[in-house]
Amino acid sequence: MTRRLSLFNVTSLVFGFAFLYLPILLLVVYSFNASRLVTVWGGFSTQWYGALFRNEALMEAAWVTLRIALLSAGLSTVLGTLAALALTRYGRFLGRTLFTGMIYAPMVMPEVITGLSLLLFFVAIGLDRGFWTVALAHTTLTMCFVTVVVQSRLMTFDRSLEEAAMDLGAPPLRTFFAVTLPLIAPSIVAGFLLAFTLSLDDLVIASFNTGPGATTLPIKIYSQVRLGLSPEVNAASAILIGIVTLGVIVATVLTKRSAARAQRQSH
Amino acid sequence: MAGRSLSRKWLAALVPAVPYLWLGVFFLVPFLIVLKISLSDTAVAQPPYKPVFDWNDIVGFFSQLDVENFELLVGDDLYLRATLSSVRIAAISTILLLLVGFPIAYGMARAPERHRSLLVALVILPFWTSFLIRIYAWIAILKPEGLLTQTLMGLGLISEPLNILNTETAVYIGIVYAYLPFMVLPLYATLEKMDDTLLEAALDLGSTPWRSFWTITVPLAMPGIIAGSLLCFIPAVGEFVIPDLLGGSETLMIGRQLWSEFFSNRDWPLASAVAILLLIILVMPIVIYRDVEARRLETER
Repeated sequence: MTRRLSLFNVTSLVFGFAFLYLPILLLVVYSFNASRLVTVWGGFSTQWYGALFRNEALMEAAWVTLRIALLSAGLSTVLGTLAALALTRYGRFLGRTLFTGMIYAPMVMPEVITGLSLLLFFVAIGLDRGFWTVALAHTTLTMCFVTVVVQSRLMTFDRSLEEAAMDLGAPPLRTFFAVTLPLIAPSIVAGFLLAFTLSLDDLVIASFNTGPGATTLPIKIYSQVRLGLSPEVNAASAILIGIVTLGVIVATVLTKRSAARAQRQSH
Repeated sequence: MAGRSLSRKWLAALVPAVPYLWLGVFFLVPFLIVLKISLSDTAVAQPPYKPVFDWNDIVGFFSQLDVENFELLVGDDLYLRATLSSVRIAAISTILLLLVGFPIAYGMARAPERHRSLLVALVILPFWTSFLIRIYAWIAILKPEGLLTQTLMGLGLISEPLNILNTETAVYIGIVYAYLPFMVLPLYATLEKMDDTLLEAALDLGSTPWRSFWTITVPLAMPGIIAGSLLCFIPAVGEFVIPDLLGGSETLMIGRQLWSEFFSNRDWPLASAVAILLLIILVMPIVIYRDVEARRLETER
């Protein structure tokens, strides 16, 4: 049965994607604007990129953000993968419903609540706010996203491979590292990347949990945006968009390749 | 050998225990603390609330807790208005998202199969770019001297600059823009599985396309419509960044209220009470969602 796209379908797709992409595209284009007036085109220039790299406060914030994102994404990848294994391989265990609830709740919970509750917790246990509190808060939020990504892979994959390895006498740990891990590796990478970008991007939770010396890039951008548009922020945004686009392309190519390899091997 | 199998069992128990413990400490316990502080009073101290928990005086601690903050929330109509306005803005945004998202998801589901994964990737990609930056981009577009006004004036469609920024309209545009992938993807997932022969049969039997859309497509897409609506409605109610950057000072939203109680007024107990109030508002749709999901899973079996 062949499906044909009607004129209505094509129009809605064109307008839909234009709506999704035009604002981002405009931002990138205007980051090369020579004029200080953000919305008036004054010719092509890369001066704001230069100004951005000379802006020590922004650079410092970018470095802090990157460190927090790497640390929290690393931690949340481990925790999220363990949680995904618990949910798919352990059947019913004590308090499973509570566990599932705690995995899904942070994802739909308004960020103001998560941010506030973590901050009050850190104050209650007497942990000084700063780099570590933001990293711990981000780990808690992003591990849930990693869990969902890895879990969906674990649910679709062929259990007979694991069973075969166990039947042949491989202990569970060895089976995991030799069979399971290579098969779910692309989803773990995808989960890590998702956790990384979520941490890079977060304003609300970071604002609650930050302290002296731990101003992240979104906090910095937010405080500048409140004062008005700035061409340097345009340049910073364009760089972030570039990094993310590149990351997604690399991830897509890697997943495609590993999927193709898996298919070749199974034939 | 016995020692090894014992350590193996121990290792196996660690897999669920570690993430469980983490979420318990960093998710569950913080909630109990929010609940406790929402029952406390403000104090000029560090931390700025009292009573502070003390093992030696547990009775004294509990006797100092009260529901004063909640009485204030119910008594002051600012919070009532903020709550109602959050729910209204989130509901209108969800309807707009359905109107914008449905045609896109429908077009994707009818596209040739070889293009579909690319279309899905294109819907997800903006989600990966910074949320803050995507909202920021709209400020430059919606400003009175911004790109939208420039374009429309250049085309001769309007003669006066548009005043959209800092109004509720801008908030709707921002929410629809930021949450569109959350609406399109669940809709696409159900529409893609739909059997086209049903529509053909209806047309053969003389039904108009409009009527078959309402009697066949919409009911079959209902799980996607509900999932997408809740995925958009729930976070939209508590949204802070969009009303703060795109909305005006009169755009009341409960998430923004919580933020200002905490950061501007430094009233931590009241901010906690607002958080509890927001949670209560959101529990309803989550319960409905779980119910619908459970029923859907049952019918699939």
